[in-house]
Amino acid sequence: MTAAPKIQVRGLSKRFGPKVVLDGVDLDIAQGESLVVIGGSGSGKSVMIKCILGLIAPDSGSIVIDGEDITKLDRRGRERVMGKFGMLFQGGALFDSLPVWENVAFGLIQGRGVSRGEAKAVALHKLAAVGLSEQVGNLHPSELSGGMQKRVALARAIATEPEIILFDEPTTGLDPIMADVINNLIVDCVHELGATTITITHDMHSARKIATRVAMIYGGRIIWNGPASAIDSSGNAYVDQFVNGHAEGPIKMEVRPL
Amino acid sequence: MGFLAAIGRAVLHLLETTGSVSLFAGQALALSLRPPWHWRLIARQMMDIGYYSLPVVGMTALFTGMVLALQSYTGFSRFAADSAIPTVVVISITRELGPVIAGLMVAGRIGASMAAEIGTMRVTEQIDALSTLATNPMKYLVAPRLLAGMTMLPLLVLVADVIGVFGGYVVSVHKLGFNPASYLKRTFDYLQVMDVVSGLVKASVFGFLIALMGCYHGYRSRGGAQGVGTATTQAVVTASILILLSNYLITELFFSRQ
Repeated sequence: MTAAPKIQVRGLSKRFGPKVVLDGVDLDIAQGESLVVIGGSGSGKSVMIKCILGLIAPDSGSIVIDGEDITKLDRRGRERVMGKFGMLFQGGALFDSLPVWENVAFGLIQGRGVSRGEAKAVALHKLAAVGLSEQVGNLHPSELSGGMQKRVALARAIATEPEIILFDEPTTGLDPIMADVINNLIVDCVHELGATTITITHDMHSARKIATRVAMIYGGRIIWNGPASAIDSSGNAYVDQFVNGHAEGPIKMEVRPL
Repeated sequence: MGFLAAIGRAVLHLLETTGSVSLFAGQALALSLRPPWHWRLIARQMMDIGYYSLPVVGMTALFTGMVLALQSYTGFSRFAADSAIPTVVVISITRELGPVIAGLMVAGRIGASMAAEIGTMRVTEQIDALSTLATNPMKYLVAPRLLAGMTMLPLLVLVADVIGVFGGYVVSVHKLGFNPASYLKRTFDYLQVMDVVSGLVKASVFGFLIALMGCYHGYRSRGGAQGVGTATTQAVVTASILILLSNYLITELFFSRQ
């Protein structure tokens, strides 16, 4: 790789009380790449993504985005960098006090100062891109099904056409068909925007579909990272166990026998 | 030793909470006073806090004024001091009972709903989502509530003052046999501007405290439905205590030299 990476994470560490969650994460993500981070529950995936977003302050380490270390920025600088991001939350995190179209237009109206009328037009266009009609735009999030909420959340994440998009478990809690619809939408949207993306998931089907590169996180560290095509021949016992979903292997679940 | 350690823990916890509330309040206040303002949100909060609290505040003020006249009469008539009743009613209401009763009622009504709403937004990641959409959640959620609280409570108290005095008037004239004209004359004879002004200053402080406690506890809530429930209780209890405490302090400030 010759060009400087879009995102460069070095020695990222975070502990909550005595519990070490991230133990020196190193990761490079190139411009336009789609990185999928796989790992079991409690492996530190979510904390890592929240550190990159600046929602959690890491104990040590650096996160460099476009040559700028965001862990050293003040609030104003952080808000400026935040404008490059879009994020799809696991539970959708739609604002239940606002109608759907205003959720999608939120980043444009509040963050960019676009007028409401103009923002609504963009929002309806983005909703159409994820297969939702104009009528849906006037409903409230609580009136939608889980799959529709996920699609609205996706439309909101891409509405400001961000350079970097983060997906937190985009397919969790959806039926297999809707999961595949979301996967396709993610691939299409990302391709169209040319965005750099990080997805965290434990859904291998989704990972294979979205990823150009895969990294596995275990025990607060990146233990393997390589092209998506090499995932079945990684030669790493941890990755093999996870990808194939075996209970037996080097990764031990803390389950007490009955 | 265990006993001393328990005292130490309680003191440390108190100091820690005081510190974090102060930081939160300072940051929120600074953001409240700095443009740009979210007028739409401020107006909605003003409606909620001011207009929709009118029935409950008016009702409590009415009965308080009525019972105040009745009780003063049973006491004062023994010394043939009935003529002091209008003065006692109007000064008690404007200085103390109007602001305190309105404050406590609004703390129960508004403090609880603020904590519940913001707490739910916290646990469903909506507050994190605000940050990712380049919107400062303190500015968007907390500042409008503080501003609305500080401006609407004095107006509510002004209404409560009028209704409270009217309650005393109704009982005195229709039950205790006062002459309407002389009752009203006596009401205003000894009333000073400072009596009303001190009550309005108190109201503004109470409004700030109610909104601050609602927002702070909601913002800091953790752990799902139970966490939101705890935040709601905490918001009402701490706001009520702070209202009574600051009521004493402000009274001391205004009237200790007279």
